Amino acid sequence: MVSRAVDGDAGAATRAGRAVSTYCLLAWTWIRAAAQYPVSIALLALGTMVTAGMDIAGILVMFGRTPRIAGFTAVEVLFLYGTSSLSFGASDILLGTTERLGEHVRNGTLDALLVRPVSPLIQIATEDFTPRRFGRLLPPVLVLAFVLPRVPVDWTPGRVAMVPLMLASGMVIFAGLWVLCAALQFVLLNSHGATKAITYGGSFLTQYPMTLFARDFVRGVTFVVPLAFVNWEPALYVLGRPDPLGLPGWTRFASPAVGAALCAVAAVAWRAGLRRYRSTGS
Amino acid sequence: MIEMTDVTKTFVLRRRTGRGPRRERTPVRAVDGVTFTVDRGEFLGYLGPNGAGKSTTIKMLTGILTPTSGRIRVAGLDPSRARTTLARRIGVVFGQRTTLWWDLPLKDSLTLVRRLYRVEEHAYRTRLAELTALLELEPFLATPVRQLSLGQRMRGDLAAALLHDPELLVLDEPTIGLDVVSKATVRGFLARLNAERGTTILLTTHDLGDIERLCRRVMIIDHGRPAFDGDLAALRRAAGADRQLIVELAAPVPPVELDGVEVTGVEGPRQTLRLPDGANAASVVASLAARYEIRDIALRETGIEEIVARLYRGDQELSTPVSP
Repeated sequence: MVSRAVDGDAGAATRAGRAVSTYCLLAWTWIRAAAQYPVSIALLALGTMVTAGMDIAGILVMFGRTPRIAGFTAVEVLFLYGTSSLSFGASDILLGTTERLGEHVRNGTLDALLVRPVSPLIQIATEDFTPRRFGRLLPPVLVLAFVLPRVPVDWTPGRVAMVPLMLASGMVIFAGLWVLCAALQFVLLNSHGATKAITYGGSFLTQYPMTLFARDFVRGVTFVVPLAFVNWEPALYVLGRPDPLGLPGWTRFASPAVGAALCAVAAVAWRAGLRRYRSTGS
Repeated sequence: MIEMTDVTKTFVLRRRTGRGPRRERTPVRAVDGVTFTVDRGEFLGYLGPNGAGKSTTIKMLTGILTPTSGRIRVAGLDPSRARTTLARRIGVVFGQRTTLWWDLPLKDSLTLVRRLYRVEEHAYRTRLAELTALLELEPFLATPVRQLSLGQRMRGDLAAALLHDPELLVLDEPTIGLDVVSKATVRGFLARLNAERGTTILLTTHDLGDIERLCRRVMIIDHGRPAFDGDLAALRRAAGADRQLIVELAAPVPPVELDGVEVTGVEGPRQTLRLPDGANAASVVASLAARYEIRDIALRETGIEEIVARLYRGDQELSTPVSP
């Protein structure tokens, strides 16, 4: 007889560790499955990279006509682009496929995920995990490598530390948004398009200085969808600029807290969504 | 192994009525007060017409759906609260869709299942060898699941559901769409699993061959309510499944007259007689032969298909009450 593992009272740390190792295991399995077609991976990675690079071209074209947009120079905007794009890219790699949740619900395949002893969120997030997704990280990495030495910034230790911190919190904020959107799909079954607007649209929004957009709109965005914390607020600190909206100084350091809060909300929403599915069977 | 006490599941259907965004909400009772117990080692067939509440019951047993009211215990656990813990102790197979990973070779899917269910390496090897032999998996272990035939896929799914040696195996229409040979393999395998390992098996099906061949106990659910619970013989009795005696006489005669026997059809020299429940066919034949010259004789039992069809249509009042 096979011994049956019972993990009813495993601690939170153990559970988190298991979630991570399960994630890696599943992702690795998908990578191996995809690795049977190496040429296709290479081409698709290239395609992903080029698509991601188009945004850079757009920014450069705009700055070909004017030296400053809303008071920001090309190098500063590229800094905003690089940080948000890297955060978003990483979150997309980790959780991007959760947007397929609605499909799983409609096809009834979610049931198959629910009978396994693993969180359905991990199972969906790792689905079709392919190395090609890493292609989207290259353009922002290159941009940051180019821009960081060139931004007119007095690199104090605080500013240096802020760059990795803002990248990490940005990623956490986007991750929270992915899960939140997946949870929303339990309610709005055809919301695929709507959730895309929040995540991809959000990624687009943060690539430009917030002052480009109307003040009230940005205020709304800052508080309703805390995208401004992905890179805008911390970037103001790094670039040593006053906040054009006049928000208090501490907001520039609030990104990690915003990320944590958003993840907590997302976790609650996910559980509620799953409970709703399990009581309605949609 | 399974205890269901007065379980109900109500869905709310939202239908658009007329113009505008207003929707009418109609509650539908998919499962309406179902109570039953399944003991360890039982092999239970769960029957019912489409939409009777079979799948809903299965989903509640496996923790996918939360019941609206009532109490469920599977292996001592509340499925909807302890879904993942329960998942390690039961195996679930959906005939209509695979739980395997579509793009992975079967072998990789099974390795992954081992890791997800945390089956020890040693136990896994023994178990895999056993399942490979019994289900004849060898020829397609390296094939991606998406390229498998339906029969192969079903065998793969069975193997995946059993790697962690579950106490209970739940099958939702496991033989749907399978050819005769695959069906036989799957049925033979399930019978052995139940007999030799003592695994409790619950299966839903529309294929009455599954029931006749496998299930010692049958439960029928209709409109969300249990309509029958008992063994096959009881089902035949309950549905008034009488036997028919078809006799071919030497010459056409008026309907034969015999105590307790009713003639239901006359076709030239061939007459169809209905034997009451418990009648001795041999003595009926003997008394017939004493009075008439008989050319040929055939005894026909009402098929299980016909019995169930009658039950579904509801033209038969069941004489055996459902056991509590």
